[in-house]
Amino acid sequence: MASAERHSRVRSAWPARLLVAAGAVLLVAPLYFTFVFATHGRTEIFDNPPPLWFGDAAGSNLRLLEERLPFWRNLGMSLYVASMTTVLNLLLCSLAGYAFAIYEFRFKGTLFAIVLGSMMLPAFMHMIPSFMVMDALGWIDEPRALYVPAAASALGIFLMRQYIGSAIPPDLIDAARIDGCGELRIFWSIVLPLLMPALGTLGLITFIASWNNFVAPLVVMRSAEHYTLPLALRSMQAPNNTEWGALMIGSAIAMLPLLVAYFFSARRLVAGLTSGAVRG
Amino acid sequence: MNARPSPSLAAPRPSRVRLPALRSRRLAPYLFIAPFFALFLVFSLFPLIFSIYLSLQQWNPAEGLHTMHWVGLENYGYALTDPWFWDALYNTAWFALVAGVPQHLVALPLAFFIHRRFKRGRDLIVGAYFVPYITSSVAIALIFTTLYSKDYGLINAALAELTRIPFIGSPLASLTALKDGGIDWLGDADVTRPAVAFVVFWRYLGWNLVLYLSGLQVIDKDLYEAATLDGATEWQQFWHVTLPLLKPMMFFAVTLTIIGNLQLFEEPFILVDGEKGVSSSVMTTAIFMYRTAFSDGDFGTASAMSWLMFVLIAALTWLNARLFGRDPRSAHGKR
Repeated sequence: MASAERHSRVRSAWPARLLVAAGAVLLVAPLYFTFVFATHGRTEIFDNPPPLWFGDAAGSNLRLLEERLPFWRNLGMSLYVASMTTVLNLLLCSLAGYAFAIYEFRFKGTLFAIVLGSMMLPAFMHMIPSFMVMDALGWIDEPRALYVPAAASALGIFLMRQYIGSAIPPDLIDAARIDGCGELRIFWSIVLPLLMPALGTLGLITFIASWNNFVAPLVVMRSAEHYTLPLALRSMQAPNNTEWGALMIGSAIAMLPLLVAYFFSARRLVAGLTSGAVRG
Repeated sequence: MNARPSPSLAAPRPSRVRLPALRSRRLAPYLFIAPFFALFLVFSLFPLIFSIYLSLQQWNPAEGLHTMHWVGLENYGYALTDPWFWDALYNTAWFALVAGVPQHLVALPLAFFIHRRFKRGRDLIVGAYFVPYITSSVAIALIFTTLYSKDYGLINAALAELTRIPFIGSPLASLTALKDGGIDWLGDADVTRPAVAFVVFWRYLGWNLVLYLSGLQVIDKDLYEAATLDGATEWQQFWHVTLPLLKPMMFFAVTLTIIGNLQLFEEPFILVDGEKGVSSSVMTTAIFMYRTAFSDGDFGTASAMSWLMFVLIAALTWLNARLFGRDPRSAHGKR
């Protein structure tokens, strides 16, 4: 190998490396400013020059936010919907993924193709008919209209099938069968505990998607108390007199849990999200 | 937690009694996948078929569904002869190109460079590029609304700083009309569409970067070694080794961008107030469909629009597959 040549090429990569790093800083900058503006009042945010560092108005911004929105109820609603969606997905996706990974059954290929194909359906196609289905079920303004339809995602099934196929030895299941375990018992007591890493990734992906979801609550949620955070924050935006400081602290609080979780698991999360695209 | 897969089967029996179905290797997998398919039928497949039916009906939502009557293809004709629909279609296509193409033009070489040249700090860099993707679209739209503000958002403030630099300053000032108090990013029809497109680009760049990085990881390193021994420059390697092998991933990523951008809704919807006149310049077909249904109460025409869009998306996905020489059915999963 031409190691000297390689070395010089590596050195010459420094300007480009700095450019890439500067790009990364630029990409994160808007999020940084969300947190900075969350600590400034409305007038300070639009000062010349605008604030680049944290101020001391976080408390007053939060009080303003509480005046304008049932903010903690909205936060609770987001938490409730995202948690329900996550728990249901962990259970239902691992069950289905397990079936597709371990069992042989008729129409398996076709059924799995339907699972994958459903990922390609454009989401906006469902907006209007889903609204009418929810209306017919009497689920308008009900949190279950948000977590029940999202309870078993196709991506989750795909993810779990990939993981189970590589992590669960079929011999283990056969051994359990010989010991007289029922099929559900095998899944619940033997397989599920072995799926923890994949469940962690799937849980995070599901929670983030549900937490950030804007369109589904926009269509079905009606009362301000039942708004999830994104909907509530948007409702505070007015043509004039928007309390930007208060909005920014609301955004910051909405973003913070995800950013913390992301910081600790970025690698796994990214791998999980893109696994649908990568060949196993 | 209720671990029984199907309440109707499990309910009449005491829970201690083992279900024969769950002892059967033959039936168990069907029970395990049943929840997905039940939800899929009720909340996905049925609504889709129902929306074909809706697209052929007209009714007054205020008076209820009993006023529904058959109108044939009238809704489709109505949508297709509505100049607003074509404007929205044009805006959507504009976004698909202007917000979509640069994502790939930047993400692909960026992925190649990061793959080749970053060892330490790589997770941090990729993590930073990916952060916008996991951030709430509403939070993003809100912060960009403040950054884009005419008086005195951070972007205009930064541009004003730049005009103080000698030589490049004054042409920049005349170019950007900064003298009249800055650019009205979200209020001036000329710049609003690019401003919104930038937010979309910003949000999905990291996603495409990560897709391409994962594609690069499965390319055999020996190929590069061989190319290096043959005296191929880095550029030649990128062009003759990387690009051809990355074609399946490019197909997949471009397909996702097409599908995503043609349904663009959240960013323009939140960034630009619907009441403003300028909103028509960023009104995408998804927004137009939403407004037709939920503001005008014309669910029939809105359903027709969604099927017109579906045909367009399907056609473009097919065209993309032809372009990349791949079978669209294998876009996902086992390949």
